[in-house]
Amino acid sequence: MLRLISVTLLTLLMSFSVQAAESGYPLEHMEPDLHDQASLQRGAKTYLNYCMACHSLKYQRYKRTAADIGIPEDLMLEHLIFDPETKIGDLMTNNMKIATAKNWFGAAPPDLTMYSNLKGGPDYLYTYLKSFYQDETRPFGVNNLVFENVGMPHVLMELQGMQVKTCKDVPRLAANGGEMRDPLTNDYITEKLCGDELVHRGFSPLTHVEGTGSLSAEEYDQVVYDLSNFLYYTGEPARLQRTTIGGYVLLFLAFFYVFAWLLGREYHKEFHREH
Amino acid sequence: MATLEQQFKDIMRWVDDRLPVTETYEKHMSKYYAPKNFNFWYIFGVLAFVVLVNQLLTGIWLTMNYVPTGEGAFASVEYIMRDVEFGWLLRYMHSTGASAFFVVVYLHMFRGLMYGSYQKPRELIWVFGMFIYLALMAEGFFGYLLPWGNMSYWGAQVIVSLASAVPVWGDDIALWVRGDFNMSGVTLNRFFALHVVAVPIVLLVLVALHILALHEVGSNNPDGVDIKKHLDDNGRPLDGIPFHPYYTIGHDLPGIVLFLIVFCAVIFFFPDGNGMFLEHPNYEPADPLKTPALIAPVWYYTPFYSMLRAATFPLFGMTAKFWGLVVMAGAIAILFVVPWLDKSPVKSMRYKGLASKLFLAIFVVAFFILGWLGMQHPTPAKTILAQVCTAIYFAYFLLMPWYTSVEKTKPVPERVTF
Repeated sequence: MLRLISVTLLTLLMSFSVQAAESGYPLEHMEPDLHDQASLQRGAKTYLNYCMACHSLKYQRYKRTAADIGIPEDLMLEHLIFDPETKIGDLMTNNMKIATAKNWFGAAPPDLTMYSNLKGGPDYLYTYLKSFYQDETRPFGVNNLVFENVGMPHVLMELQGMQVKTCKDVPRLAANGGEMRDPLTNDYITEKLCGDELVHRGFSPLTHVEGTGSLSAEEYDQVVYDLSNFLYYTGEPARLQRTTIGGYVLLFLAFFYVFAWLLGREYHKEFHREH
Repeated sequence: MATLEQQFKDIMRWVDDRLPVTETYEKHMSKYYAPKNFNFWYIFGVLAFVVLVNQLLTGIWLTMNYVPTGEGAFASVEYIMRDVEFGWLLRYMHSTGASAFFVVVYLHMFRGLMYGSYQKPRELIWVFGMFIYLALMAEGFFGYLLPWGNMSYWGAQVIVSLASAVPVWGDDIALWVRGDFNMSGVTLNRFFALHVVAVPIVLLVLVALHILALHEVGSNNPDGVDIKKHLDDNGRPLDGIPFHPYYTIGHDLPGIVLFLIVFCAVIFFFPDGNGMFLEHPNYEPADPLKTPALIAPVWYYTPFYSMLRAATFPLFGMTAKFWGLVVMAGAIAILFVVPWLDKSPVKSMRYKGLASKLFLAIFVVAFFILGWLGMQHPTPAKTILAQVCTAIYFAYFLLMPWYTSVEKTKPVPERVTF
């Protein structure tokens, strides 16, 4: 009967195809800061140098970006716009052809203008960019804990270096959640877990390979933070303006309410007068 | 200044001889007597009007920059969000306005159920109101496709495909609605036409009828007392007070400002309602090959969506999908006949019996649960819960003739109470 119900529901709605690529990997939280213009500028620099060739920001304009994150237009043109044909007022497109991209990566790299909104916040990008690991079975030799079997190579590898899945012997968990022990010796009964299986046991799932990458772990975290912060900005460039204006609007309305209420009270006096 | 006053009077007389401006103003505003005991619940009609005006105005300005084509729609919305001066504000006012519209309309309808505002002689007001609600649901549905995001696309796809549950002609009806074998730019174009021209006209006509019918018989009140029974020497109701300026300024103005505080807090600080008002999958363009992990309608449809999903077994040779459609349509249709289901001698919940109070309370709880369930992935347990709540929803209406006629009511006072 349960089976009948679920099958009927599926046919009823034709709508529940779960995206296989998305794993339920726990995301690391990052607190974006749109007031930190230096961070946004570094993020823009990383984006335009490492990401833009494949991932356009086609709903956003160079001019608006430069103005919002505090880069003078001439510096923007000189250092961050690589195509001499591109004008400052243009949309931030690239020359990636969808058909070619599909051949290269198996899927076209998505436009990232609103990717952080799409994922419900910047945490996804932040964790994703820190979760590449070596996997020789994949075409580019890397896989990702957040986005399993992703088609994208680890573009920031020269910065971060390579990571491998951590493997550890940890106590096996019983059905009630307790750690299992041998009843005779009282030793832990262990099992070998690797990578994402370790996350819920409080261990770091990935280990950095010594001597790879040009940045330290902290420096790389900063790069990824700046990049996620920048993409949080492109998701809604008016966000800062919105909350600032919003404060004044609410202040005005609160002030206005006092007088509206006082005026209303005068009219209300008439309610109890027989006429 | 007497001459200026005189001039104004002359002009008004000239106009009034040709068009009943003063008479209309007096009938609907300055000499429309509303009961003195209106409470908090009587603000939502006015608020619905405020939101309607907001939707019309912001809608006009959005239309100036929106491109109603499959190729251009999604990018034009982002153009409004980024390149149009204060375009983000217009869009958020409109998208938040849609949710606000349903909030105030649901509360307005609840007020009607609570105080028996649909009872004789106000049946037509209620019926026009239900048509407004229906038009509003259509308006929201057509409008939701226009940003051409992936949730827009798949949400509309699911709802339009419901038509195919109709026996024999189902697939042809779905094809006729879409104008294409799949959801496409053709569908977008016609939904745009319906959203910005056809439905708004219907809506405005219905609102006019709703208010004209209301002003013909007069407003109900929390006591359900007829204020026309007690008139003063000039024939004015003793328990009534002119709508303008006493209610407009004394009651509605502070109410509107309070509403605006909440409304603006959402617009400026939580415009996407964390996925409730603007759903996350709608931040990528419509993609016929990529189904969102969970297709859920916006919150204001979810109670009915739950009822649609609650029908899980075929019956009498018809598919479960068909019965889902019947249940959902029935859930809306049954609202229209409420005035004839309530057999109670009293109007207001204040004087009705325990059964009415209990049924209304359980009904509201079931409606909320259905709304929540409509946003969740269905599981066998949740489906059973949805079925129970659907049964409660219908029981509230279908048993109304029985429980309103057998319960013991309290005596209604002669005059309004405060």
